[in-house]
Amino acid sequence: MCLTMSLKTNLPIAEIAVRANTTRITAMAMTNHSQLGHTGGDLSSADILTCLYFGEILSVRPEDPTWQRRDRFIMSKGHCSGAYYSTLAARGFFPESLLKTFMDPLSPLNGHPDRNKLPGVEANTGPLGHGLPIAVGAALAAKMKGEPWRVFVLTGDGELQEGSNWEAAMTAHHYSLDNLIVIVDRNRIQQGDFTESTIRMDPLPEKWQAFGFTVKELDGHNHAELLRAFESVPLSKGKPTCFIANTTKGKGVSFAENRPAWHHGVPTRQQLHIAAEELKVELPW
Amino acid sequence: MVNTSMTERTRFSNEHPKELFDCRDSYSSTLESMAAQDDRVCAIVNDSVSSTKLKNFKTQFPNRFVNVGIAEQNMVGVGAGLANGGMVPYVCGASCFLIARAMEQVKVDLGYSKWNVKLCGMSSGMAYGQLGATHHSIEDLAWTRVIPNLTVVVPADPQETEQIMRYSLEHSGPMFIRISRMPVPAVHLSSETFNLGKAAVLNQGDDVTIITNGVLVYKALLAAQALETRGIYARVLNMSSIKPIDSDAIVNAARTTRGIVTAEEALLAGGLGSAVAEILALHHPAPMRMLGVPDVFAPTGSSEFLLEHFQLTEQGITAAALELIDKKNP
Repeated sequence: MCLTMSLKTNLPIAEIAVRANTTRITAMAMTNHSQLGHTGGDLSSADILTCLYFGEILSVRPEDPTWQRRDRFIMSKGHCSGAYYSTLAARGFFPESLLKTFMDPLSPLNGHPDRNKLPGVEANTGPLGHGLPIAVGAALAAKMKGEPWRVFVLTGDGELQEGSNWEAAMTAHHYSLDNLIVIVDRNRIQQGDFTESTIRMDPLPEKWQAFGFTVKELDGHNHAELLRAFESVPLSKGKPTCFIANTTKGKGVSFAENRPAWHHGVPTRQQLHIAAEELKVELPW
Repeated sequence: MVNTSMTERTRFSNEHPKELFDCRDSYSSTLESMAAQDDRVCAIVNDSVSSTKLKNFKTQFPNRFVNVGIAEQNMVGVGAGLANGGMVPYVCGASCFLIARAMEQVKVDLGYSKWNVKLCGMSSGMAYGQLGATHHSIEDLAWTRVIPNLTVVVPADPQETEQIMRYSLEHSGPMFIRISRMPVPAVHLSSETFNLGKAAVLNQGDDVTIITNGVLVYKALLAAQALETRGIYARVLNMSSIKPIDSDAIVNAARTTRGIVTAEEALLAGGLGSAVAEILALHHPAPMRMLGVPDVFAPTGSSEFLLEHFQLTEQGITAAALELIDKKNP
């Protein structure tokens, strides 16, 4: 891991790395608690989420979560709620103690996020292909109001098989939404199999380019690269941005890495200990 | 039995000449007026600028007009996002596509999320009669009525359309406003106002009750007149607010009249008649006749032809009321 400093935050990259791995182990502990969850995507998206919320990329106020001029982050891949909740709690949107209630009866921590139950959640997601249209609407609202906020949306790659994403992409291009940043968690695995064996996604960057986005591929686990990219948006004035973040599903945990079965695999207590050791962080409980 | 029918005396003869209106004109001019007064108001369409009658809106408020093209799922999601950004979006399109194509977005992005988005479904019911069942929207009441947090309203004439549009801006939360293109006469007195969750009593009567809304209100009033000539006094309730529905008015009708006829320009399953039957079954079972489209796709034909085909006419409603009363008092 490169120990350079983040340009904007002055936080050591190493601290972001620890935070990302804490998110990983917390999401896994939550999945162990509920015996349900999406370990593979939690682990692939943890670095992206951590850079957005802890690299001072997103202008948000946890103490005033609906502050009108905030940057919006929309977690379109709502099934990766373990990583998302863990990040929001660590950032101070709600107490970390709530994480232990993941999917418990009447818990505000649904399997998929509900904005009416948890501060910081911008959109109710879970069914795929919902986040990008909502993000486009929020970006249009900023343009209509002349407000400075940006809208970041994280989608899965299998998720892009839903046609609503491409409807929304056309709108983003037509309305020149340079305040919209799409990040694709390109881990190449969906629920049943590898994406390319399920329904071919490649050439994915070219698809986004053809839909009018300025596209950049990056290593979705390299914090310095992620932060540099997020700090440089929009990549082109007058055009929406798309980052294809190449990731590894199950990243950082040997038994889960790049295995379709870990899309919604549930770790045992013993596996949690192995994961904590590999991630070099403490188990949260 | 005391009756104070006013259909002939005031509702038509005095206040309204028999001029016919397209409620879309009322909706679009009201929306323009609202946008002029409130800069949160914006309009979203799926290509259909002319059939949503928003050409003027687009000219007047180009910055607050979004055409997403033929993409209804995206359109509803964009509406939710605009609401997230503090706008009050009016998402407008032919009802058959707006609701059916975007059903999951209506459920998740609007009902479940409670975003303050207004769906304006144009040319609903069987207004696109000749175009065939693909373009009829007779399922929309059943589909929208079952979604928690979604308010469902069906205006009957230009005045009520304007009042509902203005109300929608005050109402916090998602709404489905079902607007026809079928020509209708004015049926409301200028003194009458729309109240969400309250039925408007458009004709007093204690013999039988007719509950309806939208384009059929006028036909129900004609049926009430026809019944009156036979000495039967029909109460006519305009149930423009389907959700929330006026349970008190329904139960009161069951208690104080001899039965209820419902008439709707929609499938019988899940629509207005079903909503009334649910209230009656739980609180005050009463004889009912339900007029609407049975479990079929409607054939092709003009909208007037189709209304006749399914007995959604003055004669059909009159016959149902007579049958109901005869059955109870042979």
